[in-house]
Amino acid sequence: MDQQNQTIFARPDAMTETVTHYCPGCTHGIIHRLVAEALDDLGVRENTLGVAPVGCSVLIYNYFDTDFLEAPHGRAPALATGFKRMRPDMVVFTYQGDGDLASIGMSEIIHAANRGEKFTTIFVNNTIYGMTGGQMAPTTLPGQVTTTCPAGRDVSRTGYPIRMVELLAALATPAYLQRVSVHTPQHIIQAKKAVRKAFEYQLEDRGFSLIELLSTCPTNWGMTPSEASKWLAENLLPYYPLGCYKDFDKAEGDK
Amino acid sequence: MARVLMKGNEAIAEAALKAGAEGYFCYPITPQSEVAEYLAKRMDEVGGLFLQGESELAVANMLFGAASTGKRVFTTSSSPGISLMQEAISYMAGAQLPCVIVNIMRGGPGLGGILPAQSDYFQSVKGGGHGDYRLLVLAPSTIQESVDLMMLAFHLADKYRNPVMMIGDGMIGQMMEPVEFPDHYEEPELPEKSWVATGAVGRKPHVIKSLFLDPYMLEKNSWELHEKYDQMKKEEVRYELYKVSAKNKIMIVSYGTTARICQTAIDQLEKEGISVGMFRPITLFPFPEPQIHKEAIKKNINDVLVVEMSTAQMMEDVEKAVLGKKPVNFFGRTGGVVPAPEEVKEQIMMLIEKQKKTKAKKKA
Ligand SMILES: Cc1ncc(C[n+]2csc(CCOP(=O)(O)OP(=O)(O)O)c2C)c(N)n1
Ligand code: SF4
Repeated sequence: MDQQNQTIFARPDAMTETVTHYCPGCTHGIIHRLVAEALDDLGVRENTLGVAPVGCSVLIYNYFDTDFLEAPHGRAPALATGFKRMRPDMVVFTYQGDGDLASIGMSEIIHAANRGEKFTTIFVNNTIYGMTGGQMAPTTLPGQVTTTCPAGRDVSRTGYPIRMVELLAALATPAYLQRVSVHTPQHIIQAKKAVRKAFEYQLEDRGFSLIELLSTCPTNWGMTPSEASKWLAENLLPYYPLGCYKDFDKAEGDK
Repeated sequence: MARVLMKGNEAIAEAALKAGAEGYFCYPITPQSEVAEYLAKRMDEVGGLFLQGESELAVANMLFGAASTGKRVFTTSSSPGISLMQEAISYMAGAQLPCVIVNIMRGGPGLGGILPAQSDYFQSVKGGGHGDYRLLVLAPSTIQESVDLMMLAFHLADKYRNPVMMIGDGMIGQMMEPVEFPDHYEEPELPEKSWVATGAVGRKPHVIKSLFLDPYMLEKNSWELHEKYDQMKKEEVRYELYKVSAKNKIMIVSYGTTARICQTAIDQLEKEGISVGMFRPITLFPFPEPQIHKEAIKKNINDVLVVEMSTAQMMEDVEKAVLGKKPVNFFGRTGGVVPAPEEVKEQIMMLIEKQKKTKAKKKA
């Protein structure tokens, strides 16, 4: 065999060849790839339904070779609930930003998680409203500058950022909740494992799984991509500690 | 199946099952909670899905997800709940998803009251949510008709790939009347649902969406929707005439249970030698505009009287239908106050007095 022409890296089957519209250095693209790789690894592409959010990743359906629904802002978990309840044989995931999930869609995500809906949520936390041009999100860090908190987020007026996985971990029902990051190759490898595990849990019918991925928005953070990765490491990691907040296997004991 | 005595809400639920509904999503609200209570048991028996959501906002979006599977799904609610559903309804209309939504109306605006009303006419018929879209709107006046229209609603939703809304006032939900269900709901054949999201097996992915960033594509989608609404206007107009004859001097236009109150008034007046006819729209969208026009312009008709449980909402469509050819009068009670047949009679007598005076003036 011709060693030089061996394929060692390729586009996952679950992704189309469409060029994404994301800004240079935006980590939405990496996260798309992690999801697609998980679908490929588990061989479920043809049996998968994705639910797109409103946010920068609204056009995610152009990049995936799977069926998709485009939800109203924040309602992806409700659509996923309706769909999966009618088609429990299919693999269903929602892909949501932090404005989508932690602000306008807070009610839908909490109740879907608490009902133990058997789908997976890919939660992309970049601490800002990317698509609408960088406004404050519920996840914006104290002091972080956005267009609607130009002097930096003032927690005395807007409260502290919401830690979503910790919040959801307070519920008894969810099967798997983990926070990961994608700002270094090592973190991406860990994130990949978590995303895959979340889908495995779904396939095993264990219940609701959500992976929060800390993500960069160089454009609205006003940084270069490498500055953004550094800023994430220095500022997001201390406030949003990485790790597993709930695992059905481990929680078995307290049930 | 034999005739059974049933409460409207339960009959509507059972009719949905007869039409092949496989999923039902709900949030409690008076005066329609019995639909949910009935289906909480029945759905298990028939192997369908019953799910109580956290809000009507979520429920309507669950319906959106569920409808994308191509299975027949529905929800029921009442006015304030229907307001919360408008977001998903607009999205489903845009994405051309079939589903059935029942509104057992109560008085509004705001929290309003819990008694029967017809004040969601505009909301149902004129859009309700944002964007260029319409719902097909059915308005039953009896429990039997609620059953028949509920089954038809699923057929029409599939035929047009559009949400269909059935609106009844609170009485439709709460009344008990004898009803008959068919053993099997017979319906004309429908095209295969080639658009459903069932997994991209050996085909290109299906994307169910209402987003078209290219204005020309969005315009195209809007005109496609418009064509469907035009087709509905041609094929789906339904109405009933009651005691319409050349002896009528007045034509009532009324829908839902209000039309039955008018019937009582018409029957009583008939005994007193006064002949009044009624036009009862059954589809509120498409509105029987040309048909009302045709009846109203008949020589013998001097006045049209619209009777509604609202402050003159359908009235606007009747005026549009009559095109100023005859005076269109209005009588309405609202906020949960149901008009009495005597009140309708009084209105008729006042119109007759007015007509006499005009005639006398003309002679003089
Ligand atoms: C009901 C509604 N409100 C507001 C908007 C406008 N909007 C579009 S995207 C967005 C924010 C998305 O932010 P996020 O979820 O954080 O995703 P990101 O763009 O950062 O990936 C908003 C507010 C909308 N489309 N619909
Ligand atoms: S605005 Fe931010 S989140 Fe959106 S594509 Fe650009 S970098 Fe990514």
